Amino acid sequence: MDEALIGGLIASTLRVSTPLILCALAAVLSERSGVIDLGLEGKMLLSAFAAGATGALTGSLGLALLAALVVGFALSMVHGYACVSHTGDQVVLGMALTMIAAGLSVVLGIAWFKQGGQTPPLSDAVRLGPWFTGAGEALKGVPVVGAVVGGGLLGHNPLVYAALLLVPGVWWLLYRTRAGLRLRATGENPAMVDAAGLSVKGLRYAALAGNGLLCGLAGSTLVLAQNANFVPNMTAGRGYMALAAMIFGKWHPVGALWACLLFGFLDAVAIRLQGVALPAALGGGAVPVQAIQALPYVLTVVLLAGFIGRSRAPAALGVPYIKTR
Amino acid sequence: MSQPVELPRWMDVGLLPLVNLALALAVAAIVVAVVGLNPLQVLTLLAKGAFGSAAGLSYTLYYATTFVFTGLAVAVAFHGGLFNIGGEGQAMLGGLGCSLMALWAGPHAGPALVLPLMVAAAMVFGAAWAAVPGALQAWRGSHVVITTIMFNFIASALLAWLLVNVLKDPGSMSVETAAFPESAHLPGMHQLLGALGIDWPRTPLNLSLLLAVAAAVLVQLFLWRSRAGYELRAVGFSPDAAHYGGIRPRGQVMLAMGLSGALAGLVGINELAGVQHRLLLDFVVGAGFTGIAVSLIGRNHPVGIVLAALLFGALFQGGAELAFEIPGFSRDMVTTLQGLIVLFSGAMAQVAAPALAQLHRVLARPAGAAHG
Amino acid sequence: MTAPAVRMDGISKRFGAVQANRAVNLMVAAGTAHGIVGENGAGKSTLMSILYGFYQADAGQIAVNGRAVQITGSAQAIALGIGMVHQHFMLVEPLTALDNILLGAEPHWRLDTARAQVRGRLEALMADTGLQVRLDSPVDDLPVGERQRLEILKALFRGAKILILDEPTAVLTPPETEALFVTLRRLRDAGTTLLLITHKLKEIMALCDAVTVMRQGAVVFDGPISQCSLDQLAEAMVGRRVHLGRAQGATAARPGAPLLQADGLCWRDALGVPRLADVSLTLRAGEIVGIAGVSGNGQGELLEMLAGMARPQAGTLALRGRSFTPAAWLDPASARRLGLAHVPEDRHRCGMVLPFAAWETAVLGYQASPRFAGRWGWMRRLAMRAATAQMMDAYDVRPRNPDLAARKFSGGNQQKLVLAREALAPEHAPTVLLVGQPTRGVDIGAIEFIHGRLRAMRDAGGAVLVVSSELDEILALSDRVLVMDRGRIAGELAIADCTEAALGRLMAGAAAEATA
Repeated sequence: MDEALIGGLIASTLRVSTPLILCALAAVLSERSGVIDLGLEGKMLLSAFAAGATGALTGSLGLALLAALVVGFALSMVHGYACVSHTGDQVVLGMALTMIAAGLSVVLGIAWFKQGGQTPPLSDAVRLGPWFTGAGEALKGVPVVGAVVGGGLLGHNPLVYAALLLVPGVWWLLYRTRAGLRLRATGENPAMVDAAGLSVKGLRYAALAGNGLLCGLAGSTLVLAQNANFVPNMTAGRGYMALAAMIFGKWHPVGALWACLLFGFLDAVAIRLQGVALPAALGGGAVPVQAIQALPYVLTVVLLAGFIGRSRAPAALGVPYIKTR
Repeated sequence: MSQPVELPRWMDVGLLPLVNLALALAVAAIVVAVVGLNPLQVLTLLAKGAFGSAAGLSYTLYYATTFVFTGLAVAVAFHGGLFNIGGEGQAMLGGLGCSLMALWAGPHAGPALVLPLMVAAAMVFGAAWAAVPGALQAWRGSHVVITTIMFNFIASALLAWLLVNVLKDPGSMSVETAAFPESAHLPGMHQLLGALGIDWPRTPLNLSLLLAVAAAVLVQLFLWRSRAGYELRAVGFSPDAAHYGGIRPRGQVMLAMGLSGALAGLVGINELAGVQHRLLLDFVVGAGFTGIAVSLIGRNHPVGIVLAALLFGALFQGGAELAFEIPGFSRDMVTTLQGLIVLFSGAMAQVAAPALAQLHRVLARPAGAAHG
Repeated sequence: MTAPAVRMDGISKRFGAVQANRAVNLMVAAGTAHGIVGENGAGKSTLMSILYGFYQADAGQIAVNGRAVQITGSAQAIALGIGMVHQHFMLVEPLTALDNILLGAEPHWRLDTARAQVRGRLEALMADTGLQVRLDSPVDDLPVGERQRLEILKALFRGAKILILDEPTAVLTPPETEALFVTLRRLRDAGTTLLLITHKLKEIMALCDAVTVMRQGAVVFDGPISQCSLDQLAEAMVGRRVHLGRAQGATAARPGAPLLQADGLCWRDALGVPRLADVSLTLRAGEIVGIAGVSGNGQGELLEMLAGMARPQAGTLALRGRSFTPAAWLDPASARRLGLAHVPEDRHRCGMVLPFAAWETAVLGYQASPRFAGRWGWMRRLAMRAATAQMMDAYDVRPRNPDLAARKFSGGNQQKLVLAREALAPEHAPTVLLVGQPTRGVDIGAIEFIHGRLRAMRDAGGAVLVVSSELDEILALSDRVLVMDRGRIAGELAIADCTEAALGRLMAGAAAEATA
């Protein structure tokens, strides 16, 4: 097979998967502590807007990134206030946040930039440029590896590498630290955590804090790395795809990573497969791009129906913790 | 959904929802002010745009019709104890169903036969799309919230594929089917009223308004006057008690989702049979999600849903007018308000309850009345 | 003289209308095993929950090791050296035993380091106390006895010097119980103070140094074990002669034909614990059979099986000529058709739909019958309302408002409504009535009324099965009494042979089985 093609596919996959990975990690943190997060889409969207707007207004990469993180964090704190401090319905809250983010990002965008909801394109100085390009160039001549590694793995913006590093990071947090142990226990049996003298609310808020920051990072990926500006509804359902990936990955950070890479790969492949003929055994004709677009969602439903292995959510997921005896 | 504080009925049903609505409007007003507009001016223009003219009123009612369907869909599922977020996808499938029927049966029969067939097709397709997640919940325990969200995306992809590859009108550049034959056109209100001698501007408002009202009445009768509705509500409130009462929970889950999907499918009748007269990609545009908001502030009751649908219809129409009048305004403000309403009336519905209960105690003290 | 490990003075606690603890005084000497005995609802669990910080008392003081303390949460209780082993284990199943012990008391932020640091101490502790637990297995994989040892280990690891055990032997087999006792004696001898909440008198006699008996929220007996006998304890636990005596001139039961026959019912729960072990009983026309025993010994499960709400894993049921096996068991709808009515133990969860109006909940289970179901699926609301009004009149349900939400009625009136629904249903002129906890949460006046109705059913030729944790009630109603203990029928007594002592001993597991 064409090495350049492989390299190109790897590169596309990584690029597309990055916001998915970040959101899926955010969801893992939240859901492992027992709080359903259907607001990923909204948090990512509003953070992206914050990054784009701040970047355009201040010209500073640092401030733009900070703005995205702050907005993600703030929305997660609203999530916490409604659902952890007040036992509000977590599903409804997620929908509310997504609707508010969708509307607010455009309303503010039009008011401040008057470009129909878009933010002005950011110059390269405000964006995150590719890293390791030198190494990538150097490898270009090397057979096989050059294309695959050089073209595929190197030369991405730093958030891609950050996302990939955050996966073992979150894994380490959840499975190798005291905080992670407590967080996981909260999602399974909050009464036990309470009886052990720990604060269920505190742990859930902490999980949501991490969740917010990761969503903020995901949003900044869209604006500071992939596109050059914010476009209304640019998340296009990625938040829900990340949720699906998390479920597909069985609430485990590494599982979520593989699921995100799979979904990202499907997306990267979809464009290339368009127009490619199907073998006659499958009825001939061309591969429908919509089938590939729908595949991540279909796979998740199949998993939830229990047809590919069992999917076990944290036992106390979605149940607000009320101290009753 | 959250731990209820004991409020007297009038506060629980009347005051608390109004307080929540007021909070949402207050925050929206802040947003409006932040973008440099005058909230009061915005509100008056909105009201005028929605109700101030015959055309405006018609548009308001036309939007409300769609929201009644999706709101009823969410409510019926909710009474069965399920959260159906799949209204978007079910509406898309309903539109598909009614279009297929229109294109297939339209050329061969008159409207008296074709239109009811289209309604039936829309309901069957919508019900089928909701029944799959329902079955997965009942038999495999798959959480209906997640599966319905997934099905929304799958529906979108399915519709796109069908429109691009199978149903596309060869003579047109856009991604849509051929126009429906005349017998598949649902008469517009202006036509009906014109026939009665009343002069009415031409708007998208069509006969499905009556269908929506009928649906609301039928849902009301079903839930509170029929045995099946009784059993559905029993399961929704208490699966254990329902089991004790000889009711089979699985069957009820299927019934709830099926009815819910069927109601959402009727959106197709309003938008396609009544207005577009062809199948296209983007005819649902968030109506499913608005239905959730409508059902929440309508307290899952058909009367409340009709009122809430009118409210949202007014917001949409008023918003559109405002977008013309005020350069800085866009429909997205309405989306924001919608989200705020879901936030305050849905997720944070009980946050204000303790404060209201306190108020009630303070007010009740001088009266010396004892409350149970 | 060393200060008592625990001293509670004048503890009172009220939950809504129920006074769970009335001015309870408790004094536990350090390094002793102290038993707290009583029936269900006696208030012992509440008292210990207050000690462990789950609740705050409305009144009273607590002193631990001689110092007055305020215990506002579990963290403080743990800091004071109080540990609790709950009846329903507080464990996180997917985590390992070691991680469950660590949780909340990790010595280091890195789990690997924490585990290593802790392992040595734990192994020493396990050796000292004899509590063997496989530290690296997920709790999912551990059997019940091992999970309990894990719970004790968890409490000890946190430095508990005062250990509260809530019904520790509820899920253990006799050999496991004996092993537990060996461990507990070792702990006590090493200086740990034990507080044992139980209803099993035999265990109290075997293990404890002193005992406090509670009844209806108050202490009725308190003293060293050396000064009391099993019989005395049984009588104290069960109470003095019944207040609601048998009705004057009550007709002696003349049981007729068998209406319901159950044979060899067996059922194990998800953890593999046998909840029903080979239970057989017969209900005859014209008798009231009472099932006594502290809740949790299988009565609830038995009732559910007989009513068709659940199915056993083995056994048969014969009702009105039809027989049922686990493959094709009874279900609530067919039970009603066969003349079996059921007033569930948990009326709020099963017997009524609380948010429904009274008239809606008064037809639950009968909504499909011809008198309420019209053509085309219509509900005959007028007929339902009329029937409800009749029920309310017949059973004196107040307020007489069929439109009021079911949750707004008092417990007694709710129960009367449920009973009316089941007893008066003309569909089957019920011949068998199964009633669980008929007067739980019901006021005195309603209790008498309900008892009268049950007797009337019996006199009219029906068979009534009553499950109740109130022994008074069983004695007042029954013609014969079955006692259940750990899923078996421990014994059967005709009403004339029922003395408090005999019943108390059967209930408390002191029956003459092979001594463990």
